[in-house]
Formats: sequence, C-alpha cells, structure tokens
Amino acid sequence: MNPPSQDIIILDQVTKRFPGVVANDSVSLTIRSGEVHVLLGENGAGKSTLIDMLSGVQQPDEGRILVDGSPTRIQSPRHALALGIGTVFQHSMLVPSLTVAENLLLGGPWWQRPKSAELKGRAAAISAQLGMSVDLDARAASLSLGEQQQVEILRAQLRNSRVLILDESTSMLTPKGIAELGALMRRLAERGQAVIFITHKLKEAVDFGDRITVLKLGRKVGEIAPEKMRSRGNDEIISDIVELMFGKRSGDPETVQYRTRRGSSAELPLIEVQGVEIAPGPGHPGLFGINFSVAPGEVLGIAGIDGNGQKQLAEALAGQLPANGSIRLAGTELAGMPVGRRRMAGLRYLTDDRLGEGTVGSFPVAMNFFLKEVGAPPYWLRGFERPGAIAQRAAELIKQFDVRTPHAATPVGRLSGGNIQKVLLARELADGAKLIVFNKPTYGLDLANTLNARELIKEVAARGIGVILISTDLEELLALSDRIAVMDAGRIAGTIANYDGARTSVGRLMTGLAA
Amino acid sequence: MNALFTQVFISALLFGAITAAVPLLLAGLGEQMSEKSGVLNIGIEGMMISGAYGGFLGAYYGSSLWLGFLTGGFAGMAVACVMVLLCVRLGLNQIVIGIGITLACEGLTALLHHFQFSRTYPRLEAADVTVIPLLSDIPVLGPALFKHHLIVYLAVAMVFVMSYIYRHTQLGLNLQAAGDKPAALDVAGVDVVRTRTLAVMTTGFMAGLGGAYLANIGAGIFVPYITNGAGFLGIVLAMLARGRPIWVLIGALLFGVCLSLTTAMQVAGINMPTDVIQMLPFLAVMTMLMIFGRRASLPAALGLPYQRGVR
Amino acid sequence: MGQRILLMVGPVLVALVIAGAILAAAGVDPLAYYGYVLQRGLFSAVGIQQTLTRMAPLLFVAAGLIIAFRAGIWNLGTDGQFLLGAVTAAASAPWLVSFVPVWLALVISFILSATVAVIWSLLPALLRAYQGVNEIITTLMMTFLGTSLANVLVKLVFLDPSTTVPQTRTLPVADRLPRLFGTTVSSGLIMGIIVVIAVHVMMTRTSFGLRLRMVGASPRAAVHAGLGVPGLTIAVFALSAGLAGLAGAVDIIGVQGNVRADWNPAYGMAVIPVVFLARMNGFASIAFVFLFSVLSIGGESAARRLGVPQDFTLVFVAITLIVLALAEYYTQHSGRMRKPVTP
Repeated sequence: MNPPSQDIIILDQVTKRFPGVVANDSVSLTIRSGEVHVLLGENGAGKSTLIDMLSGVQQPDEGRILVDGSPTRIQSPRHALALGIGTVFQHSMLVPSLTVAENLLLGGPWWQRPKSAELKGRAAAISAQLGMSVDLDARAASLSLGEQQQVEILRAQLRNSRVLILDESTSMLTPKGIAELGALMRRLAERGQAVIFITHKLKEAVDFGDRITVLKLGRKVGEIAPEKMRSRGNDEIISDIVELMFGKRSGDPETVQYRTRRGSSAELPLIEVQGVEIAPGPGHPGLFGINFSVAPGEVLGIAGIDGNGQKQLAEALAGQLPANGSIRLAGTELAGMPVGRRRMAGLRYLTDDRLGEGTVGSFPVAMNFFLKEVGAPPYWLRGFERPGAIAQRAAELIKQFDVRTPHAATPVGRLSGGNIQKVLLARELADGAKLIVFNKPTYGLDLANTLNARELIKEVAARGIGVILISTDLEELLALSDRIAVMDAGRIAGTIANYDGARTSVGRLMTGLAA
Repeated sequence: MNALFTQVFISALLFGAITAAVPLLLAGLGEQMSEKSGVLNIGIEGMMISGAYGGFLGAYYGSSLWLGFLTGGFAGMAVACVMVLLCVRLGLNQIVIGIGITLACEGLTALLHHFQFSRTYPRLEAADVTVIPLLSDIPVLGPALFKHHLIVYLAVAMVFVMSYIYRHTQLGLNLQAAGDKPAALDVAGVDVVRTRTLAVMTTGFMAGLGGAYLANIGAGIFVPYITNGAGFLGIVLAMLARGRPIWVLIGALLFGVCLSLTTAMQVAGINMPTDVIQMLPFLAVMTMLMIFGRRASLPAALGLPYQRGVR
Repeated sequence: MGQRILLMVGPVLVALVIAGAILAAAGVDPLAYYGYVLQRGLFSAVGIQQTLTRMAPLLFVAAGLIIAFRAGIWNLGTDGQFLLGAVTAAASAPWLVSFVPVWLALVISFILSATVAVIWSLLPALLRAYQGVNEIITTLMMTFLGTSLANVLVKLVFLDPSTTVPQTRTLPVADRLPRLFGTTVSSGLIMGIIVVIAVHVMMTRTSFGLRLRMVGASPRAAVHAGLGVPGLTIAVFALSAGLAGLAGAVDIIGVQGNVRADWNPAYGMAVIPVVFLARMNGFASIAFVFLFSVLSIGGESAARRLGVPQDFTLVFVAITLIVLALAEYYTQHSGRMRKPVTP
C-alpha cells in the first residue's frame, strides 16, 4: 500500500548542551518516509531541543545529522526548509497581525509581489487532498489554535516538505481536533511523507504512530518498531511505554523514597478553595469550578499535561490573577486580597518561572532572598536597608540550602537553574508559611537538585504545613502526595487518593482516558 | 482680522503648510518603516540633520538641487549604517544609541558648518517650481498646492509607494512580520536582521532627504540645528499613524498648517505668540491618546533586538 | 571595581582621541584645544567658579534621570519639565519676595516649581501606568508642548511690563540663592550635590529605591512579589519630573534671575548621555557632570577665542556614549556574562 520506505534523516549520536543542562545526550534516530514517528517523553526529556536541531534553530554540539545519507549541518530555518523539513512549532509561528494568506506567503523573494493567485490555487488543491478547510482571508490572530496548526501544516505542504515535524501539537486541542489531526497525519504518511509527532499522550502515540521513540532526561530510552506496534494490542503497548517513560521501580536512579503517607484525616482543612473560576485567556484554558481543600501537613498533588490551567490556579491562589470564588486559609478569606497580604496570611507561592518572575537576574543572590519582604524588619529599618542583617541572613540561607554561588553579591541570573531554585525555596520556606504552592519545583533540574527539592517538600509537610504540589512528573506526585487531583482543560478531572494503583488511574486521567 | 480671509492669504498659508509638512512627512514615512520592522529609531533626528548638511553641500558645490537631494539621502543613510551596526547587528540599546547618534550628528554638523561657512553663510538660489498645468489655475488651491518643487510631489507620491509596499509586496509582509513576530519570519526562512537593516537604511535615506529639503528648499541655507526636532516629530507621527502611511501625511499636514499659521500670523501682524499655535497639534495628539489609549498599536517586538534560538 | 572604573574612564579617553582627530581634520591642534578648555574651565579662577555654578541645575536633572532610568522609565521630557519649573520660579519668586521673608519666598518657589513639573508629568505617567502607552512618545510630546507653554507664559502671562525685552520680572541679585564663601559659585551646587547623593542613597540603600529598581529590572517579578506597579510607576514620573522642575528653579533663583522668551538651554538632552556614562551611579554622575561643565564652560570660551564652536562638547559626549556602549558589549560577550545593557 505505502510507497517503499526510505531513510530521510538519520540522527547519529547527537548531543546538545546548555549551561547546566544536557538537553540531548547522544540520541540516535532514523526518520523514514511514509511513517508517523512519535517522540514521547515528559517535559525536559529533550524533545524540543531535538526539534530545534532538525529545524535549523540550534546546531548539535556533538554527533551528526545525515540528510539523504550525507552529513549535513542544518544552519538556519531557511536551510531546513530547503532540505524539505517543515516544522509546526509548539507555540504558533504565525504573525498575528497578518492574514492567513499573507502568513503563507512569507518567505518569498522580497522584491516580488506576493503570488496570491497561485497560492490560492495550490492551497485549495492541497486542502482538498488532505481534507482541511482553511480560510485564507482570516487574520491569524482570530484563528483558534487548531486552525492555526492547520495553517502551519498547509504552509509546510506548500513548501513541498518531505518531513513534517509536529511539536506538541495536540496539547491545546479539543478531542475532536486531536482526532482530525491524527487522521491528517495518517493521510500525510500515506502520501509518502515522514511525520515526526511529539506528544505526552500515550493514547495518541499509540493511535497515530507507526513507530514510537521514548525520550527521558535527554536520553533515548526505548523504541517500539512498527512490527511490534502491529503485533501487540494497544493496552500492552501502553503499559510498555509507561514502563519506559515512568520507569520500572528497580534500577532507576530517579527512584524516590516514598513519603510515609497519612491516613484519611479528620482534621479541619487548612485551606478551602471553592468555585474558583477564571475566564479563558490567550494561551490558557481558564479555570472552571475549582473546589478542593488541603489539611495541615497534607500534600495535594496537581497532575496534568502542561497548560491545562495549573499555572492559572497557582496564580489565582497567590493573588497574581484576579479570580472569582472563595479561598479560605485557616479561616481567613483571601479572595480580594493583594499578593503581599496573602503572603502575610501564610500563603507562599514558588513559581515555575524562576528567572522571569521568581528572581531579578541582575540583582545579587542575597537580595533575591528578600524580594517578597522589601521594607520589612529586621532587614530594613525605617525604610533603610540594613546590609549587615541582610548579609548575615543571606549567608545563613546560602549555607542552609546549599546554594552554590561564588559570592552572595553575584547576580542570581548567573547561577545554574538548580541553584536559582534553591534561592527560591529558601525564600518561600522561610518562617510564617502555612500553605505552600509548589509549581513544578523540580522542572529542568538535575538529579541532585531534584532530590534535594523533593526532600525539602517532605520536610515542610512533616512540619504541619499544607502543600499544593503542581507537577507534570507523575513519579514525583506519586512519591510525595497524599491525594492527587488531575487537571484537564481548566477543570479538575478527578481526585485520587494516593494508594497502590493510583499510578494507573492518574496516568490514565493525565493522558486523556477515563480513570 | 479681514486680512486672514483673503484668497492670497489662505493660498500662502496652504503653500507654507505644504513646505513645512514635507520634511515631517519624509521623516515620518521613514521612521514608520523602521518601527514596522521593530526598530525604534531615535537617531532619526541625527540622520535628518546629516541629510540637511550633506544635502546642502551637494547642492552648493554641485550647483544642483537634485544632486543635493541625492547627497542628503546618502548622508542620512551613512548615519543609518551606524545605527544598523550597533543596534540591529550587535543588539545594543536602541534608545541610548539613538540619542548618542542624534547628539553626535547635531554637534558634528554644527562644527563642520562653522569651519566651512561661518564667515560666508552662502545661500542657494531659490528652487524652481514645477507648475502643474490646469490644476494650478484653480483659484486659491491651485497656487497653494500645484506650484511646488518636483520633490514635493515625489514626497507625496512616496505615501502611495509606501502604502503599496506595505499592502502588496513581499517586502511589506516581511517588515510587518519582523516587527510583530520576528521568530515567525525567521522560521519562514527570511533573515530578520537583513530585513531590519533594509528598513533602517531606508529610514536613513528618507530622513536625509527630508533634511536636505529643509535646508535646500525650505531655508535655502544650512544653519546648525536646522531640523529643530523635526525628526522627533517624525517619530511621533509614525507612532500615531498605526503603520498607515496616509496618516503620516495627514499628521504632517496638520503640523504643517500650524507651523505655517505661525508665520502667516506674524505677517498679518496679529499679536499672539506663535507658540500658542505650535501647541495645537500636540494638544490634539495628547487628547487622542487620552481618549483611545494605545496599548495594542505598536509592533510587539519594537525596541527588542532579535537573536535566533533565544526564547 | 577596577574594571568598572576602567569601563567609565576608558571610553572617555578613546573619545578624546577620536574627537581630537576630528579637530585635527578641521585644522585645529587638538592638544592646544584641550589645553585651552582645561585652562578656561578648570584652572582659571573665573572659569572654575562658572563651572561649579553650571553644575547645579545639571545635577538636579541628573538626579531625576537616575531615578527614572534605574526604574526603567524613559523620561525624555526633562526639558519641558525643566522650563516649566523655571518659569514658575521666575513668576513666583520676584512676586513673593515683596511680602514674605526672602528665605520663605524661595522655599515656596521651589515647592511650586516642583509641583508644576510633577503635574506636567502626570499625563504620561497615567497613560504609562494604566494604559501601557509608551512613555518615550508621550514625554517627547510633552516636552515640545512644555517648551511652547513656557514661552506663552513668559510672553503673555508673566511678562515684565517695565522692559522692552520679552522676559519675566527679575529676581534682585540680593534675593537670589547665597553664594559660597565669597566666590561667585551659587549655593545651588551644594544643593545639587546633596540631592544627587540623596537620590543615590535612596535608589541603592532604601526599600523604596529597591522597589523602584525591581519595577525597572523586571515588572513581572515585581508583580510576583506583590508590588503595586502602577503606583510605583507614577511615583517614578513624579520624582523624576519634580527634580527637573527643581533644576529649573535652581537655575533661575540661583543664577539667571528671570526667564527670557525662547530661552531653552536643553540641559535634559545633554544630561541623558552623562547619566548613562555614569551608569546611573550618583557619585560617578557628579564626576561626569563636573567634566561636562568644564567642557561646556571651557568650550564656550574656546568658541570665542579659538573659533571652535561649543558644539564640540556635544560631539565629544556623544562619541563617549557610543564608545561606552560598544565597550560594554565587548566586555559582556568576551566575559560570557549575561547582564542587561541598562540596569
């Protein structure tokens, strides 16, 4: 049925490093025509870096990329396009103020008139063949995410691409949109193209993929070939992948000591959240009817694929995003309070955006410990800074939290991600905390720092402080939480007590299946 | 007050308005292109005064106004090269460098002028006007609008050329994308730095042309600081025009009328400080800003250098 | 520390060479010119006194710009704020001295000048804080508007009927700011130095200054830390403009005595690069303002004697600024440090 399959791109032992992180660690892959090749992995597994190297945005530090058998250095996006590699990035790459047609025409010789008529004809032909419907005259900003993706796929086709990369294309789509995208991928493969499909969702991987490669912490940990895909049932494949992704319990360096969990407690809840809602906004699905409570010393895990409202929930709790509904902490109503008063009431928020909002990169490490207490004694007296008190406390915190910095005066932006996270942890765990919201506390950290952060969370809970732990890492949630709530499209899809078997239920909820 | 409403007066007023508007129009159109591509070009005042000086040199030594316009445009472009190198290629702060360039050009042209012309103060001969047949016979409007130097008509034509470029060419799409979402342009295979370079160079040429007009046609002479903020007005016009050249024209004419009115009232012997009228266009603009707010009207990436792969 | 001083002094030296080359190209001996400028601006008794007096308004403007730039606000409208402050002082001081004690009259004039300048900055401040309107365009427009308004006020409202020259009434020399130690140096210099140091201390040592710097360095971090960003933004505009207004008052009450029509020394545009050269450090600003004053006063003298117009000072400052920006770029990229160009 399919045209004979050929190797188009071969990645040979490709390694890419960023300061403090090995994003890809000698990864080898083969991309074949007529095949949907799924790259599966958690956040931080190195999928996006791999895509950047294939599309010319980044270049590998080590290893080779072979295109049609000859080693090629893909120097720029233009070069990638010329090689027939088209990419649909995770974040839309359409210019919002231009129309669809104008976006599709970008990249032609600059002195020419755009060939609108030719475009119209070709776009219509391709759309018809692939069963897409694209309104060429609509402004890109007015399109839904699914429509934007269709436009970007169409753009790749218009440029005669042989390889189409879809980076986390389904993460913001409706189930219907996902099904349509899946069908489209199948049709492209049937026409002999190579499709690289990046996703977290197991079901999609199994439904749409011919071949599945599993990445973990920058390394390739497994590949399921088409023969095996065909010979086994979907459920079997899923359990294989879960094993590859989330690890067998033995021999995994990331294995976490499980926290001794509490039984169901009759204590009064520390925080009660009722009917919290936020209208959907650009790039997030909003929040709908969020209700939960956390008891003192309890850890409530929040699971879910990235971008399903977890960050908005955290910001609504912290007071950074205005939201409807009631948030009562130890009897005090927080709704309507600004950020500072909520902090004084005992609520702490450890952001996932460490450099963007958690710290001021150009400020010294020492000062970053106190950004949320500016003006408060004993570090300030009548508005004046007391460098002695600040230096002393900073030195204590640097020691206590093992922040590896050349000096307390070093700008925090020059530290590694793990050390920046230690600065944030030190700040949020300081005296007076009653409830701490951790947003992806170990995201992007290396193993030692990850384990350190998890250890701190355990200690915090043992001291009777309530913890809300937002994470995309299932293993982490299973290890630390008493209960796990799964978020999907701005709602809590279900809350599961963390006992044996929770892994399967949460995993199924996370990957879009019923628990 | 009757003197205000004679045909000759109104005709002279409009004629003066157009003369005053042309440099602002050229600067505004130029700045608009930079801003569209994401570069806030504060150095335009410097490009303009360099154009005025270079244009005067060309016209004076070459005895040709057209040569003057050419040298003026290239002088502006030469200054734009510095801006491109420092801000577009190296990504230095556009405001700091823009102010530095403006001050350097103002001082340098004043210095050079001093050594060359401070004793002689040579003047150019009055420029030839191109009279457009038939249209120039219309009473009042004819002599005001259709008896100008050819460059004036060309400047107005530039409005339509720019409109055409922005709406109907590949270049227009590239510029818009470079200012709005440079990463999208990059992955579409167009070099963002090259696009912005082209835009800033064009700005330099247009601003230089505007400066040359100011010296060669408007004044007939180069004096230090002759632009007197015309480049900054160009920035204001470009920011208010929301990317549409026709609004630069309208804004330039509004400012031109006010500038012309000040001269006209002095001629008419009306005892009111010219400053009152000079304030009018700014008051109008600030009022508009107060009413509408302008959160969404500037290119998203304005003022930000672009580097591939840095997210 | 050594590197920081080198980064400040180095560009000045490089610019001296480049600017000297320009002079040489114009047929002027650069060494003779520099020598004359130093002689006139620094080593002559009259010159150094003029230099120190000139520093007073410049220091106030610099103080205002330090606050604005450290807080990430591009207040390019100091000239309009300065002129309106100057006109207010020229209008109020000569009138007030006729019925209240001189010291009180001067204090009230200072307060009025600052207030008028603050009000003048309110519109750009509100537009920036609540509408996100770019302050570069609004402050530039308000400076054009303010320059015209100052002229209108001088010519129509506060015109001195007893002279034919269009100017405000003149504050008698005896009622102006006292001079220092029997010299001609205005005590405005001391005030200016105190203000710059106070601003430096406020920005680097107090919680308020830290809040302003947080807003400037990372508005998102400021929101995350619970700061009221709009209120702080308005405070920055008010402080920056108020100091520019005081600069105008110091110049009028200390030196000029009145405002003539169409008077605009454009100190704001000249001080912007000076503050950048000082990297927004108060003490370095005082040093660079001093250097700038020496060059201005010496340059004005050289214009008369050597025939080199004082615009040369501008060329020199601008070249220094561009060299500094390049130097910063190369130190950052050779040292592989990630540091924003402006703090």
